[in-house]
Formats: sequence, C-alpha cells, structure tokens
Amino acid sequence: MYRYDEFDHDYVRSRVAEFRDQTQRRIDGALTEDEYKPLRLMNGLYLQLHAYMLRVAIPYGTLNSRQMRTLAMIAERWDEGYGHFTTRQNIQYNWTKLTDVGDILDALADVEMHAIQTSGNCIRNVTADHFAGAAADEIEDPRPTAELVRQWSTAHPEFAYLPRKFKVAVTGSPNDRAVTKAHDIGLRMLRNEAGEPGFEVIVGGGMGRTPMIGKVIRDFLPKDHLLPYLESILRVYNLHGRRDNKYKARIKILVHETGLEEMQAQVEAEFARQMREEGGPVVSPNPEHIAQIAAYFAPPDFAKLPAQSAKLTKAIATDPALAAWVENNTADHRASGYTIVTISMKGMGDAPGDATTAQMRVMADLGERYSHDELRISHEQNVILPHVKLDDLPEIHAALQKAGLAAANAGLITDIIACPGLDYCALATARSIPVAQDLSQRFAEPARAKAIGNFTIKISGCINACGHHHVGHVGILGLEKSGIESYQITLGGDHTETLAIGERAGPGMTAEEVGPAIERLVDAYLDVRDSDDERFIDTFRRLGADPFKAAIYPENNCAAA
Amino acid sequence: MAKAFKPQIISANDLYVGDVVYMNSGGGWTRKLAEAAIAHDAGDAEKLLQRAVPQQGKVVGPYLADVALDDDGRPFPTHFREKFRTRGPSIRPDLGKQAIYPERHEPLAARGGI
Repeated sequence: MYRYDEFDHDYVRSRVAEFRDQTQRRIDGALTEDEYKPLRLMNGLYLQLHAYMLRVAIPYGTLNSRQMRTLAMIAERWDEGYGHFTTRQNIQYNWTKLTDVGDILDALADVEMHAIQTSGNCIRNVTADHFAGAAADEIEDPRPTAELVRQWSTAHPEFAYLPRKFKVAVTGSPNDRAVTKAHDIGLRMLRNEAGEPGFEVIVGGGMGRTPMIGKVIRDFLPKDHLLPYLESILRVYNLHGRRDNKYKARIKILVHETGLEEMQAQVEAEFARQMREEGGPVVSPNPEHIAQIAAYFAPPDFAKLPAQSAKLTKAIATDPALAAWVENNTADHRASGYTIVTISMKGMGDAPGDATTAQMRVMADLGERYSHDELRISHEQNVILPHVKLDDLPEIHAALQKAGLAAANAGLITDIIACPGLDYCALATARSIPVAQDLSQRFAEPARAKAIGNFTIKISGCINACGHHHVGHVGILGLEKSGIESYQITLGGDHTETLAIGERAGPGMTAEEVGPAIERLVDAYLDVRDSDDERFIDTFRRLGADPFKAAIYPENNCAAA
Repeated sequence: MAKAFKPQIISANDLYVGDVVYMNSGGGWTRKLAEAAIAHDAGDAEKLLQRAVPQQGKVVGPYLADVALDDDGRPFPTHFREKFRTRGPSIRPDLGKQAIYPERHEPLAARGGI
C-alpha cells in the first residue's frame, strides 16, 4: 500500500489546520455561508437534510486495518456508530457536527487519510478495480497508476476550478469492474503488439441526468505519456467545458457537442504542443518516482499452496451456508491456494453500504489476520479481503456470521446498490434505501436468489444517479411526481466492459408498486430464459424489453387484449 | 385567479449541528415544528424571511416551507421532503428528531410511507 512521505503528511496536516481556521471564521461570522460553502465542500463537508455529512476519501478503495479501525473510531466517537460505503469507494458519515470536523480530519491524518477533493468541481477521488493486485484476470495492478493520478490531481492548481466535477477510473483487467466507460476519463490497461504496457483512454462517459457511454479517444497510450495526455484532456475541457449551465458542464457534454474527432484533434494538438514546446512531457515524474510508487504495491509474499484446499472442501461438505458463501462471495485469485473474498454489506433488509462500528472492527481484524492487512471498498458498496488463503475461509465465514456480515449474495439480485436517497441527501427527490430493503427481503430466500443468478439492481434517489441506476440490469430511479415519491424502472443496463445504458420501461410507479413489479419481471425472466445459465441481461439482449415491460405493466396487456 | 396562500414557516439547518430548526415568533430558533412562527399571508411570510436571512451566524439556508394546520392550529408539513426533515431518516427511527421527540411522530406507514 502507498505510504505518505513527509510532503504528504505536511500537506494533509496543513490542510486540516487551514480548514479549522476557515471553520472558526465561519463560526465567528468572518465568513458568510456563501463564502464558506465552497471551502467546506473542498474538504468533503456537505450539509444534508438532517445534519452535516463528511465524505472521506479512500483512494482507489484501498485501505489497511489500522485505517479501517480509525473509520470505526470516528463513527463511534463523533458520529452515530455507523458509516456508509459509497459507489465512489469512499465512506460517508451522516451525523457530523461542524465543531468536530477539525478533530475528525486530524484523526484521519493520523492514519494517512483525508477528505480533500471528495466534493467540488475538481478531480475527485480516483477509483480502481477493487480486485486490483489480486484478480486472476489482471494484466497489471492499476493502483500504481491510480496513485500517480491521485498525486498529479491533488491540489493541481490549474484544475481546482473545473467547469464541473471530474472522475477518473482505472482498471488493469479486461473484465471491467471499475465501470471505466461511465467516467469522465476511464483508463484500461493493456499491452500493444510489442508487449509494451499502456492504456486505452476513454473519455466522456458518465451517468447523471444525461447518461453517456465513454468513447475511446486514444487506442493505445504509452504508459509514460499518461500524465501529459491527461493534462491535455483536462486543458481542453477546462477551456471549452460549459460554465454557463451546470447541467451541460461535464466533459461528456463537451465530447458529445464537439464530436469525438474534433475533441481528439484538440487533445492531440495540445499533447503535441506540450511534447514539442516544452521539450517533452513536463508533468511526467521521473522513473525513480514511478518505481517508488510501484514498490508500494508490490504483491505480498504469497505462500506456495496447492490450488485446492482439502480443509475447505471438508468444511463445505458439512456446512451448506459456508458452501453458498464460498460459491458466491469468492473470486479467482492470481496466486495458487488464495482467493478474493467479498464481504457483502447487503444483509437482508439492511441499508446497502452501511457498516456499524463493530462490523468495521471485525473486518479490520479479518483483514489484518487473513488478508495481508489489506481491505478494499468496492463501487458496489461491499468490502473486499483481497488476499485470503482458501484454508482460512471457514474461520473468516464464522467470524462474519457472528458479525451479521455473512450474506452469501455477491452478484445476486439482493446485492443491490442504493444511494442514501431522501433519507439523508439534500439533493434527493425520493428515498432509495427502503426500496432496496423491500427488494432484498422479497428475494431473500437463498434458493430463489441462486436460481435467478447474476442480476444487478441499482437504485438512485434522484437524477444525479449516485446509485448507478442507468447501468443496472434493472435500474430504479426515484423522482417526485405530483407531491409523492415516484419510481421509474429502466431495463438492460450493464456496468461492465460491455457497458450499456438501461432503457426506460414505462411510467413511474409508487414505492409500494416497485417490489411487486420487480417480482413479476423476475418471474417473466425465469419463464423465458433459454437455460439456467442465461443471465437476465443476456435474455434481455436476446428478446428485447417487451416481455419484461409486459410483466412490469400487466394492465397494459389487459387493455390490449 | 391567484392561488390561495398556504400557511408557511421558516425552516433552516442549525449552523453547528446541522439539524433542522424552525424560526419561532420571537425571531429565535426551535427544533420543534409545533413552536414555529406561522405566516398566514404573503406579507407575513416575507417579513419572517427578512428576519431569518440575516441570522447566518446561527443557521444555514433559511427558506419558506408550506405547512398545513391541524385542528389545534399547529403546523405540520405537507411535502414528503419536509416530513422527513421533521423526523429523520425513515429507515432509522432511532436517529434524528423522531428519536428525540417521539410523541410527534406516528409510524411512517400511517402516512403512506413504505
């Protein structure tokens, strides 16, 4: 894992001191709210419906046990005993008091964490594949790249006031678990024909009010050109991105309105100018620095183990709950005898992504004892133990059971993403979490969930789409309609390397109608799928939306009959 | 035809804690909606807002919110967003105002919640 150097420590501490001063000036009346608001947002502090909310960055979702314990301590000491893991691999505290923020930020700085650039029109926390450094399908660990981008983008003076927020995601695997095509910039690591490492650069993806699939602006970018090329994209965006209309200010709109070819030409021209006029890529760090960063992410010293664990096989034979959990919540690891564990934060009826203080401490202990002191936060709002011996799975499962964290549903229909929605968020137009809770209870029966198979439901409480509803196999968008909460269902979204934006199924419905509608939809899918192995998204692509719309809106069928 | 005026109150968030507060008839702030000053016409509403806006040292973002009045003349929110603000998260009845002033908060289901 990356460790702060002296510069990082000094920088973060000085930002905490600066923000303490700014907050005190707000309290003293020297700053108005209009003056203070952009300052607090730059430090991750929002004002929500019931309290301030502090969003803490977890760079590319990677943290160690000590950091997780500090997150638990903060929840216990200064909040209400829980935190919320987000779709940006961050954590949010929902009950922060203004007068505590300085102390919280100092506690975070103690463990090399902060809340800088988790809001505002700047380059936000860089996200990455949550299986980075562990996945069997990985070409290269994306985290050194993500860390490099983090260092380049932190407090970058030219890009502190962009037209709008800017999000970068990196994946090192062909199986895109980082949703790179739905980011302002997505970086897919690959090798060219000569075997040299580089990136496919994707630009202009995004969700929100106007969902767009990112477009490839550069097929292959040599690795050492990354920063000047990013700098070039950001310069073009900073210059031409619309500042007159916040709904049209994201780079996806610029790419759409400018056209990919023209955008590409401008970016390449700026890139060439940098290389020519400035005598080379001035923003590229020296190879020593790159090597230093890479060294922080060197693989742990894995033991030489057989591919199968006799101990695990024996335990599974007598413990069906363990067997189901291993089947659903583990993934192939690059090292023989190891696996990747997904700890589901989606227990039946739970608020997706919420973890109590006690649960955070249990996960910290498990990470320390069984996963080389590493944990990850996934954009799916789960917690990952990336490096686990197969032999240790029975003990880990038992500990998770005791903590209420053993839901065996990773990737299944109850592994629902949901934003905080109108239960907390000042921007929301409807609640998300109660809808997720209702659905998870409807599909709680393990045999039914298993029969349905891979099925993603993603719920957002407003058009900003923090719950990624556009890319859920089934998306649910909460809106206000005539003074009540109304929910639109979208079908056919996909968050992977075959990213697709879901299409709207029909008119909105009340919260009470959503659960039964989704049950009818699922029943229809089970009726029409080709085989037990055909996922919902594949059935949808084969048959189109009509059979599922008919299931959601049976009244339309009656009218037509 | 002009729209009939709906009674209004001033709502805001407390500067220090961030929780929901209402302006009372003395121009101060209360955490209980029942104690909020009620504007019965547009002129009253504007006067309330003019008293609230300068109080930036105490509250954030004061605004006028529609209310209805019960038989005893006490205000209650008409929009679901404001209902949540008077209570707290619907999924965590142990948190927010509903945990502090439970007598004012019947189960959400009774009002058409999930």
